[in-house]
Amino acid sequence: MTLEQAAMVATVTFEVNGTRVEATPAAGQCLRTLLREQEHFEVKKGCDTGDCGACTVQVDGTPVHSCIYPAYRAAGKQITTAAGLGQPGNLAPVQQRFVDSAGFQCGFCTPGMVVTAAAIEADADTEPGAVPRLHDLPRLLKGNLCRCTGYRSITDAITGQHTPPEGSCHVVPGREQSDASMLGRVRATGRAGQAVGPVGTSSGAIAGERVVSGLEPYTLDVAIPGLLHLAVLGSPHAHARIRSLDSTRAAALPGVHRVLTHADSPATLFSTARHESRFDDPDDTLVFDATLRFRGQRVAAVVADSVAIAEAACRLLEVEYELLDAVFDPQLAGAPGAPLVHGDKDPVVSRLADPRRNLVAELHGEYGNVEAGLAEATTIVSGSWQTQRISHTHLETHATIGWLDQSRLNLRTSSQVPFLVQKEICRLFDLEPADVRVFTARVGGGFGGKQELLTEDLVTLAVLKTGRPVQYEFTRTDELTIAPVRHPMTLDVTLGATADGRLTALKLGVLADTGAYGNHAPGVMFHGTSESVALYHVPNKQVNAQSVYTNNPPSGAFRGYGLGQIIFAIECALDELARKLHVDPFELRRLNSVRPGDPLVVTHEEGPDLIFGSYGLDQCLDLAEAALKRGNGAVVPAGPPWRVGTGMASSMIATTPPRGHRSQASVQLLAGGRYLVRVGTTEFGNGTTTVHAQIAATALHTTVDRIDLVHSDTDAAGYDSGAFGSAGVVVAGKAVLAAATALAETLSSAAASRSGSADVTWQLERDGLRAAGTVVSLDELASWATANDIDLTATRREDGALRSLAFNVHAFRVAVNTDTGEVRILQSIQTADAGFVMNPEQCRGQIEGGVAQALGTALFEEVLLDGAGAVTTRVLRNYHVPQLVDLPVTEVYFAQSHDVLGPYGAKSMSESTYNPVAPALANAVRDAIGIRPTELPMSRDRIWRLLHG
Amino acid sequence: MDLSTVTRIIPARTRSDLIALGPTVVPLAGGSELFADPRAHLRALVDLQTLGWPALTITEDGLEIAATCTLAELSRLPMQAGWAAHPLFYQCCTALFGSFKVWNVATVGGNLATSLPAGPMITLAVALDAELLVWRGDGSDEVVPARQFVTGNMTNALAANDVLRSIRVPLTSLQATTAYRKIALSPLGRSGAVLAGRVDADGVFVLTVTAATLRPVQLRYSELPAADVLAGDIAAIDCWFTDAHGAADWRRAMGLLLGEEIRAELAASTDVASQS
Repeated sequence: MTLEQAAMVATVTFEVNGTRVEATPAAGQCLRTLLREQEHFEVKKGCDTGDCGACTVQVDGTPVHSCIYPAYRAAGKQITTAAGLGQPGNLAPVQQRFVDSAGFQCGFCTPGMVVTAAAIEADADTEPGAVPRLHDLPRLLKGNLCRCTGYRSITDAITGQHTPPEGSCHVVPGREQSDASMLGRVRATGRAGQAVGPVGTSSGAIAGERVVSGLEPYTLDVAIPGLLHLAVLGSPHAHARIRSLDSTRAAALPGVHRVLTHADSPATLFSTARHESRFDDPDDTLVFDATLRFRGQRVAAVVADSVAIAEAACRLLEVEYELLDAVFDPQLAGAPGAPLVHGDKDPVVSRLADPRRNLVAELHGEYGNVEAGLAEATTIVSGSWQTQRISHTHLETHATIGWLDQSRLNLRTSSQVPFLVQKEICRLFDLEPADVRVFTARVGGGFGGKQELLTEDLVTLAVLKTGRPVQYEFTRTDELTIAPVRHPMTLDVTLGATADGRLTALKLGVLADTGAYGNHAPGVMFHGTSESVALYHVPNKQVNAQSVYTNNPPSGAFRGYGLGQIIFAIECALDELARKLHVDPFELRRLNSVRPGDPLVVTHEEGPDLIFGSYGLDQCLDLAEAALKRGNGAVVPAGPPWRVGTGMASSMIATTPPRGHRSQASVQLLAGGRYLVRVGTTEFGNGTTTVHAQIAATALHTTVDRIDLVHSDTDAAGYDSGAFGSAGVVVAGKAVLAAATALAETLSSAAASRSGSADVTWQLERDGLRAAGTVVSLDELASWATANDIDLTATRREDGALRSLAFNVHAFRVAVNTDTGEVRILQSIQTADAGFVMNPEQCRGQIEGGVAQALGTALFEEVLLDGAGAVTTRVLRNYHVPQLVDLPVTEVYFAQSHDVLGPYGAKSMSESTYNPVAPALANAVRDAIGIRPTELPMSRDRIWRLLHG
Repeated sequence: MDLSTVTRIIPARTRSDLIALGPTVVPLAGGSELFADPRAHLRALVDLQTLGWPALTITEDGLEIAATCTLAELSRLPMQAGWAAHPLFYQCCTALFGSFKVWNVATVGGNLATSLPAGPMITLAVALDAELLVWRGDGSDEVVPARQFVTGNMTNALAANDVLRSIRVPLTSLQATTAYRKIALSPLGRSGAVLAGRVDADGVFVLTVTAATLRPVQLRYSELPAADVLAGDIAAIDCWFTDAHGAADWRRAMGLLLGEEIRAELAASTDVASQS
């Protein structure tokens, strides 16, 4: 008898969405797993501890977190999931409101959110249709985490209201549009919904109705016959060598198909980080390594009939370790005699600065003469700042399902970079690209965390060794303990200025802890020191940056890619300088920020690939300053402990990653008269599918409902470097625009050929083409083309060789309780230079979401270590991701600019929204309490200690 | 999450079914804590819900809360004449980190038996000087004062084969005036400090400090103490602790701050009561 059979309890009968189900749950099974076994994939696994709410279902009308509800208790019960509330074409009112309000981005939390909202509504002690206990929403929604939206749109969806972008306080009753006299530059965004879809309108998400009913499939929402599961034994030590590994007992456990160890690993070194150029990251990683460099690193893996059996077999593995000295403090990592994390590596082969000093990458350079610049200064400020480890907390964890189709490997994975994964899997396992297909379903959030190859390599190995389909799913604890985190950095900034506020010198020191592996270490360090420093026109600059190995869990790519950390330090230092100079902080930025025509300098002038394709920083500063001055009527908490302050910060970002970002898109007219867009980039809540459909619809003079999209599949679309560096609109979108524009011309020519008269111009319209009073429908044209063996497809590429610059400014008014350390946000303002805004409501959502994630960083979140490489925050209840109550409504204003590079003049606006938030908040807290916080997060205990410690 | 090593669920129908309990067999009530933590040593669960204990029983002596009473049921406890402490029940429910959906399954007994510093049912039971009825594994019954039940971070007076049966709240406490304060590192976050104060009809003042300390601490006075006396006693507490939900020094300061707020609130409300 296998473990699984032994664990069965009696057969139980229950109903799901009105349909009778008979099942035999395992004794210790939770309801979520039982429902997913019944292919109710609308019930999501987000945290597995009852904290995130993605698995919420109603049991006899009572909402519960199904991951902590014993499955056998379903007996005799009626269970309702999101799909039971309503389905596409027949949505429940609450689901429709989530569509209308754009109340989701990646949508992974949404099924649980709507089931909860429906229960709240049903339980509301108000009139039917009235706002359901709005005042109590913070408490009722605290068990539903959304990492993407920042909750404003969710609140709107639940309550049926629409908060305008400038905040509800600025709305004249009965009129929801911006006040043109006051906010002349502000684009009224309207709300999402069923708009026809040309660029510039707030088209709703293409998958909206499926997302809110839970029917849009994510990575693991698929039933694969004969699927095996993989579990990993993680290293119990921070630095050790495997002396021996005996898998006899594990392999003998019934249901175990294979034990994988370092003996099975390819000998090829690689990096889990993925970039367009694989040489961007050091080759320091093996699929399995006999040397273990952080706690939790793979020691071995078991492939078995179930996760339970695989885990049981992992417990039977007998491993002897030789313990090695470890280093945990990045300050000590470079010291003589420090334990070497990758002392065995060849610096040239692995592309490491100096493995004998634990040094992955470094940058030392000077522009002008900083000593001279400081000598010239009348005012000098200097300080040190510290940022923490952050977990991306995309609600869908990393996961891959792999299988062989004939001899061809298929990987269905939760990735931002399927094409880059394909390339590296081929390299690691010596496969031809034609033999490997990598694709994604809708991805449940990424934030940079899925620009890594964390599960695909192991699944590939398991599939190749067993010949069977295999699934590997990270747990939330895996996400918090072994998935890469945001690089913690120690930052030193010195600024000099003359009495009139002109900067004379900028000196930056960076020490980044990249942990046990160097994935994204060079990129984060170089990018982090780039636009942060280049934003200011200073004649003398110096940067000394290092990224070092330690035996801590690895750091990696995170929204902002290093800029967030370094902007935090520089913008705080600038604020200090403004104080000393008695110059307004907005004015200090106006005096010193780069303008078109200025050189872009870090330690030397940036290459010609980076240009001012448009410039809206001046507008961003004006808009933020005006909104802050205007205030929002928020009441300052009463009582002696409260102090009020304001603060702001700027940020700049290149609209595309450096050294090339490629995308190929095609647009085809299909039989039946619909258009098919094929593009390689990935949808993970960034909204690119919606924008791509809008672009194609606009270029083809039609509406988005005529556009189908296939994306993120190495078989079905052209190459794309991936969905990172905010490239979804400015690179992939540009390729879509080029292809759609080309197809429009092709269609005109085809219509002319079909009619036989070449001298007539055929104009595209919504459903066909028109010339001289004659109309040929798209359907007719497609049929004619098929009959004549003419392919109506246009394919175009974009290489991202030229890059523009986008800007964001954030401002806060806060109240700080000097007794408790509480920071209460009274007003939050972000102004964005997004170029032409392709989809105002969606772009607003990206800004709100970036602000939300940044406020988590600024106030709450920290992956804590015990000083010996072990993470102590292993579940979400100990890692505080912002809840609905934690976030203010942020006023969002767009500068009016038009970029020469981006499609229709658009610029990227996803990562950049995160970057100015923490320093703006720190500057506001400084203003309120007279003491500068220099460590993130600015938790209540830290603020209290500044005042009382 | 799936408890993949559990191979049996034993639905308890009578007390004798509890004999299966031991190091690898634990009681299951709501499951919200049990199913939220991997416990590879477990082999079986004994379901207490099938014992069918009535959730809330009002007696002449006060209130008996079954260990299996859910927080949702407790939060809806009907108000009875003279129960001035009634608001404290709902207030303590709101201190649970889990959402209202967790209230639907989480039990009062489960929260006590888990014995986390942040367990708000511990605050409630200690603040009201409840007595806990423990069914010992040898078949005997024992009444344990709530303030002695939790002994440390996730440790308590229960042996592996014991079961917490009920929480008995005396009428004097139900009729007492109470005050409640909670603070966390975020507005509704996992508790960093939860304090509850109580003034009985005879003027006895009891302050209970939880969540900030490794175990609940009760300070007891025959009458409302002066501010400096209370502050001195709070400052002398020796088990403030640090975790992801707050540093020990901050928790101590919050204990002092919120303790004084409670003292002041109860001084004002008992003043009003005595004047009217």
